[in-house]
Formats: sequence, C-alpha cells, structure tokens
Amino acid sequence: MKMPAPDEAVLSRRMQIVADLRRIVPGEGVIDAEEERRAYECDALSAYRQLPMVVVLPSTTAQVAAVLRYCHENRVRVVPRGAGTSLSGGALPLADGVLLGMGKFNRILDVDVANRCVVAQPGVTNLGITNAVQHLGYYYAPDPSSQIACTIGGNVAENSGGVHCLKYGLTTNNVLGVEFVTMEGEVLRLGGKHLDAGGYDMLGIVVGSEGLLGVVTEVTVRILRKPETARAVLIGFPSSEAGGECVAAVIGAGIIPGGMEMMDRPAIHAAEAFAKAGYPLDVEALLIVELDGPAGEVDELIQAVEGIARQHGATHVRISASEEERLLFWAGRKSAFPAIGRISPDYLCMDGTIPRGRLSEVLRRITQLSAEHRLRVANVFHAGDGNLHPLIMFDANDPDELTRAEAFGADILRTCVEVGGVLTGEHGVGIEKRDLMDTMFDDTDLALQLRLKCAFDAEGLLNPGKVFPVLHRCAELGRVIVRGGKLRFADLPRF
Amino acid sequence: METIRPASVADLAAAIASAQGAGTTLALTGGGSKRALGRPVDAAATLDLSAFSGIVDYQPSELVLTARAATPMAEIADALAGAHQILAFEPPDLGRLYGRKPGGGTLGGALAANLAGPRRVKSGAARDHFLGFSGVSGRGEIFKGGAKVVKNVTGYDLPKLMAGSFGTLAAFDTVTVKVMPAPAEVLTILIGGNDAHAAIRHLAWALNSPCEVSGAAYLPAELTCHSSVHLVRGCGTGVAAIRLEGTANSVAARARALATDSSLWRYELPSELSRTLWAEIRDVVDILPYPASAVWRVSVPPTAGPDVVDAARAAAASAQDVAAYYDWGGGLVWLATAPGGDSGAAAIRAAVARCGGHATLVRAPDAVRALVPVFEPLAGPLAALAARVKAAFDPARILNRGRMVAEPGP
Ligand SMILES: Cc1cc2nc3c(=O)[nH]c(=O)nc-3n(C[C@H](O)[C@H](O)[C@H](O)COP(=O)(O)OP(=O)(O)OC[C@H]3O[C@@H](n4cnc5c(N)ncnc54)[C@H](O)[C@@H]3O)c2cc1C
Repeated sequence: MKMPAPDEAVLSRRMQIVADLRRIVPGEGVIDAEEERRAYECDALSAYRQLPMVVVLPSTTAQVAAVLRYCHENRVRVVPRGAGTSLSGGALPLADGVLLGMGKFNRILDVDVANRCVVAQPGVTNLGITNAVQHLGYYYAPDPSSQIACTIGGNVAENSGGVHCLKYGLTTNNVLGVEFVTMEGEVLRLGGKHLDAGGYDMLGIVVGSEGLLGVVTEVTVRILRKPETARAVLIGFPSSEAGGECVAAVIGAGIIPGGMEMMDRPAIHAAEAFAKAGYPLDVEALLIVELDGPAGEVDELIQAVEGIARQHGATHVRISASEEERLLFWAGRKSAFPAIGRISPDYLCMDGTIPRGRLSEVLRRITQLSAEHRLRVANVFHAGDGNLHPLIMFDANDPDELTRAEAFGADILRTCVEVGGVLTGEHGVGIEKRDLMDTMFDDTDLALQLRLKCAFDAEGLLNPGKVFPVLHRCAELGRVIVRGGKLRFADLPRF
Repeated sequence: METIRPASVADLAAAIASAQGAGTTLALTGGGSKRALGRPVDAAATLDLSAFSGIVDYQPSELVLTARAATPMAEIADALAGAHQILAFEPPDLGRLYGRKPGGGTLGGALAANLAGPRRVKSGAARDHFLGFSGVSGRGEIFKGGAKVVKNVTGYDLPKLMAGSFGTLAAFDTVTVKVMPAPAEVLTILIGGNDAHAAIRHLAWALNSPCEVSGAAYLPAELTCHSSVHLVRGCGTGVAAIRLEGTANSVAARARALATDSSLWRYELPSELSRTLWAEIRDVVDILPYPASAVWRVSVPPTAGPDVVDAARAAAASAQDVAAYYDWGGGLVWLATAPGGDSGAAAIRAAVARCGGHATLVRAPDAVRALVPVFEPLAGPLAALAARVKAAFDPARILNRGRMVAEPGP
C-alpha cells in the first residue's frame, strides 16, 4: 500500500515539533515514547501498520484548533482517530504525521428530550449515547456492530450504518449538527438542534468524509423513542436464491423491517459454533427479520413475513417468543466477525453494496472467486439494503495468502460495481479501497471530489493517502492525468 | 434573453463549457416552478433543462428510482403510485404559493431545493433520499456523484451537497432517489387549544412517544379557518395535528395509545380528510392565503418556534401583520409578514441567531429579495468555505449567479 512519501524536512524537526506540541497540549497529552505510540499503529484493518511520528490527545476544541493551526503552519500531516475500529484503514497513521486521538472528548454535553437530541463530544462511544438516554426510554438508532467501542466522531467520519439502518437511516440521517475544526484551525458550526441547512449542506459533506475535511469536536444527534415492541423471525432457506427472493417480496409487500440480515452456510455454522444462537445448520441461507413498532402492528407484520417466507420455500421459521430469544437471534449475527476470527487466523471484511436483485448472481461469483483464489469465504449481508459483507479467511503470516486475500477482495468489489453497486456501503474507502476508486469514478469525478477536498484543506495535510489514489502516483502513471496529449487538471494541487 | 435548450448531455456539457469560456451567466430552469425561490438570478441566458425528462429505471423492490432530472413530479408520483410507493420526504408543491399552476415542479428541482414536507420529522428531507446523480459542472465537465443503491459511502456524499444548492454547482441530467412504501392508512389526531407553547408540548409528547408520528403541526385559531377540512375550519380554536400512518389496525392502536386528557377538544380525522389537511400544511398557500405578503420558512429547535413568531410580531407595525403556523413539531415555522421594508428579516434573523437555525425568505417581491438575504447569511469563515466550494464546481460563477448569495460581477 503506497502512502505519501514521508517529508524528510518534517522528520528532521521531530524533536522540535514534539516540544512545540507539548506547549499546546501539556502533560500526558503528547505521546512520544515508541512503546506508547505502538498502541496507535493500526486500526481494525490490522494488516497495515505504521508508527505515527507523535501522538497528540487533546481535550478541548481550543487545543484541537491550536494543534491544527500549528501543523498547518509547519506543514505537518495529521491523522484523526477515534477508537481505531475502522475496517478500511482510515485511521492508519503516517510516519511523518501527528496522530490526533480524540479519546479524551468523552463527555455527553446535553440531553435535550424536548428537542429529541443529544449533544456529545466525538470520543463518546456509539453505545454511550444510547446509554445516556435509555433510562428515559430513548436510543440512538444507527447501531454498528462495533458500537461498544467505536466513537460517534468515527461514526460521523465513516457515515457508519448498522443492522437497523434500512428503517432508521445511516449516521448521516441521524446527525443534526457538528462543531468541526478545519486544517487551518478554524472552528466551524454546521447544523445544530434544527433540521437542514440554510445554505450548502456542508454537514452532509462532512459526514462520511473519512477525516479528510476537518476534525469533528462535537456532535448533535437525534434520538428516538424506543419502539414499543421488537420481535425477530429466523427463517432458513434451501438456497440463497430463495432467501434473496423472500427479501425482495417482503419489501415488495410494503414492509420495511427494522432489520433484515442474511447469512450463508459458512457464516451460519461459524456463528452458531461461537454464539449458540440456535441457528438451523441444515440450510443454505438464514434470514433474520426484525419488526419493531407498536405491538399490534408487529404481530400483524410478523404473520405477513412468515407467510411470504413459506411461499418462498422456507424450510425453517422461528419467531422470537421472548426478548431473550430475540437477542439470542441477534447474538449470532452480531458476533459473526469474531466467530470467523475463531476459525481463521485472520479475515478481511469486505463491504460492497449491490442491487438486491443481483444477489444470487454475486454470491455465485464469490464462490467461484473463492475457488480461484484458494481462500474460504463466509457471507453476511445487510439484506434489506443490499450491503454485502464477505469475510475472506486467510493467514496474515503467510504473505502469499495476504496477497491472495486482497486480490480476492478487490475482485469481489469489482463485481459489486459491475452489477451496478458500489465499493463500500458503510465501512469507508480508507486505504483499503482507495486504489479501486477508479472502478466507480472516472478522472473527472475524482478530480471534482479532490477539488472539494481542496476547498477544505488546500495543502492536503489532513489524512492524506486515504480515499483518493495519491495524486502524484496518478501523474507518474500518466493514464489519469494526460488525455489526448493535454495536461488535465493542471490547476490541481499535487499531494 | 437567449434560451439554450440542450437535447443531450453532450450538448449540455458543450453549452456550459462555451458559456464558461465566454463568461456567459446562465439561469438554470427545469419546470420553472420555483423560479421565484432564491435571489433574483443575474443571467445573460436561460439554460432550459426540460429536455431531460422521463423515468429511466424504476425497480420497486430495490426501493430506487432513476429519472432524468426534469421529469415532472406528477409523472414520478404516478409511477410510484402504481407500485404503492412514495417519495417519503413528501415534497411540497409550491406552485400556487408563487401564483402559478400546481404540478409544475420537477424531480431535479425538488432535489436542488432540498424540499421536505411534514414527514421530515420521521423520514428526512430530499437530501436524505437523494442517492446519486450525473450532470455537468460549471466547468462544462460531465461528472457523477453517489450511486444507484440505497447504501453507499464511497467518496464524498456529493448528492447531499447538491441537495439545496439551487443549481449553483451543477446542472443535473439524471438523478436517483430512494423510494418507500406508501402507507395504507392515515389518521390525524386533532387537539384544540390556543396556546402555541402548550400545543408544541403536545406535539413533543406525541413525537416522543413510540407511536411513530409522521406529522406534527400546529395551526393557530386565526389560520384554522382557512383549511378546507370542515372540522379544522369550524373548530374555532387553534389545532394541534398529529399524523399516524400505517396499516389500519396499527394506526387505530397508536391513536388509542396517544390518549389525551378528556377535557381537551379532540377529534380523529380519517384517511381522506387527513390527506387533504396535510397537503394544505405541506403546500403552505392554503393556510397562508395572503398573495401580497412575504413568506418565511424558518427551521429552529422545535421548542424555539414560538419565540421566532413572538419576535416577528414584536417588530411588526401591527401584530396582525404577522401570521404563522408550525410544522415539524414546532421546528418549522411558516410566517407571513408585511412585504415592505425588510419583510421582518432583522427581527426574525435575530431570533433565529438566539436559538440556532436558519430563516429563508421563500416569497417576496424581487426588490426585497435583491436586498434582504434570501438564505440565512453565513458566518465569515463558513461563507468563505461556501465560496470555495462553489469555486470548486463553478469557478467562473456562471451557474445561477446570485441565486443563493449576492455575488459581484466577473
Ligand atoms: C468488529 C467490528 C464490527 C464493525 N461493525 C460495523 C457495522 O456494523 N457498521 C459500520 O458501519 N461499521 C462497522 N465497523 C467499522 C467501524 O467500527 C466504524 O467505521 C466506526 O465508525 C469507526 O469509529 P472509530 O471511532 O473506531 O473511528 P476510527 O477507526 O478511529 O477512525 C475512522 C475514521 O474516522 C476518522 N475520525 C475519527 N474520529 C474523528 C473525528 N473526531 N474527526 C474527524 N475524523 C475522525 C479517522 O481519521 C478515520 O478516517 C465495525 C468494526 C469492527 C472492528
């Protein structure tokens, strides 16, 4: 993975930079010792590691602004970090960069029930927000599986989803406002406790910008009242085609479940072995459909879903009879990643989205690719919104396996794009899918996105090397920049 | 003024590229229904996008619809109705508010204006349903953003930026939106009362319940008389309206769950009358039928809605000059003010600054809109950022120059 070449001038001034940063963030807020920096060398895409030049842990917006202003003036690159659970390498440090950890921003600032929102610092965990309001009967809807660990700031940066986002939306649909600091150290407020923007929707652009546009220092999210009831149905099918058709039929019937998840045989077996969720082992596809809302409605819809499932050849239908059972159904699905982690030394989690109608075709292709690359794969799938998570199993200690796993992953993502889908539904591009961006976007598309980046961060100092192919690399290739002998985008800064 | 009507994307790109080269400013128009929304545009030519019309791809079970940007909303609504689906953001039809015929809007226009109706509180605005587009930037380059699937985080979320950019960044050729199942039944709980604060507490109580309320509005007594729904028109007081949508059983059960104090005037409106009432609330003009007045659309924290109205009244020559009602549980205030002077801008914007939010002067005479900022003025650094973003897409500032902010000439 090619990252921007470290700036020797910055590295040679390292001691001075550390001392300067200590004046801005006193005490233990600047981490210099190598063994302590180690803790930050990777995120959850752990195949890639890089020791940061220095780690800074600010605790106020003023400190963040001062650090960024300093780094801007001194041409030092900065990588923001929340909890480091990114699966796309978004928080991978740079050898010549400041790793800006937001962990000390861990307070809930305001619970405003009358306006149905919570104001939190970005280092509060996703679950921490729900925890702050659940005694009042509320919750924060987007629920990534990593919710006990990942931060709301990281969620904003990645526009994270969860199993309930078909009905309740991704992070972007649930964030009302942010305070954020630009690379130049300017503190801006976007949105607030009201809805929508009066001018350009900058909030909409900052959400999902993977730490490339600014550092989020405060987040206002909307909260929802807990549904009166939630019940789940476990449905087994003899083929993934039948499962896929059932999903389309449920939506075709006008039902938007709270969650609708699918697993294939390898994922079912791994999850069952790990979580003992009571999954049937003699099926090729397993659906979990959760319906939530007023009790009467849930009962009605559960019956409707059961009927649709039987029409589509379900061989196994179980409706949760209690809250414990419902949670057990989910326990299997929610532990799918660690479950795979137990049967394989390492795994890569892919994250493409496809039009749901192409599911069985894509699954067949993944099976073929699995044979070609000689690596096992298990599939979990946010079936309602077409977001596929193939988990590629490999051993990172074997360099050849890592190479094959990455090639396999890239082939899967190319397949997703070919059938009309996208490279990433919720995990972000990061470094992982960076070099595949041109399968979805042409050079004009990418240039416009880069220009947008430039409007926020003209020097390209904030989280460079992520999301977009490193531009000078494109220049070396010539392919992207030079067309018909003309130098295109000559006005674009190179970073 | 010259009108350019490109027939293909290539023509569109060529037209914009040559306008950029010549520094010719262009006024973009789809159906023209919202031409009076925004500042008066300073343009040398009209770029008529109406040729980009027609549904390209619609697969109900994928919950996605792709159409050429100038497809009339009516055509979209018909296609969706055939599959019992809707645009959940409930775009208002603002035609009559501007003294035009209804039904003149296009899908691209609704997205470019980031429209949202009463269901905003539950389902979001146009921005939340705008998945992808292709179009031409102010540089004359054909480009795309987003995609055609409901869940996508690949690259910047450009559709969000385009939503609400009023044609100042790019001309859309094709757009993709998320669609949702249409609710089978609608029921509206009406609760009588004359105190806006108390009404908003009622709306909050409903929105904060697990009953999945999809509309929460308050019409004060002086405006209920304008509704064509006789129960609202004849009630003689202000009315808080709480909308429930879903299957018949579910709607009935939720209405029971939202039991109110028996001393209150309460009535439940069935589906057809509910649809009429919410269309009136959505489209504004029926509730504020004052063709001569200025109209403001103010988004604030829901509990702060009445403060904005109080401030506007205090500043008006006479309190009767201001009429207002609330949607979004109090968070959206529609205000009619006397059209002279600044149309109440200073007082309204000062009140908005105190609570956070934004005020848009949705309708006013051209002369007023040329002087009073139509969109909420941005703080310095944010305004500078917005200008840099504009320059990224349209460096020569030829697309809808001046529509969102006053811009000096070339
Ligand atoms: C087991 C497991 C399960 C997961 N399940 C899901 C899932 O169901 N759905 C899902 O969407 N994701 C999931 N993820 C991915 C991950 O948890 C999310 O992307 C999460 O939002 C990352 O949050 P974080 O705090 O760990 O951010 P980090 O990993 O620290 O950073 C992620 C990105 O955000 C940027 N960033 C962090 N904080 C800030 C800030 N304050 N300001 C600006 N930029 C910032 C970083 O620079 C980086 O680019 C899962 C991960 C794991 C390990």
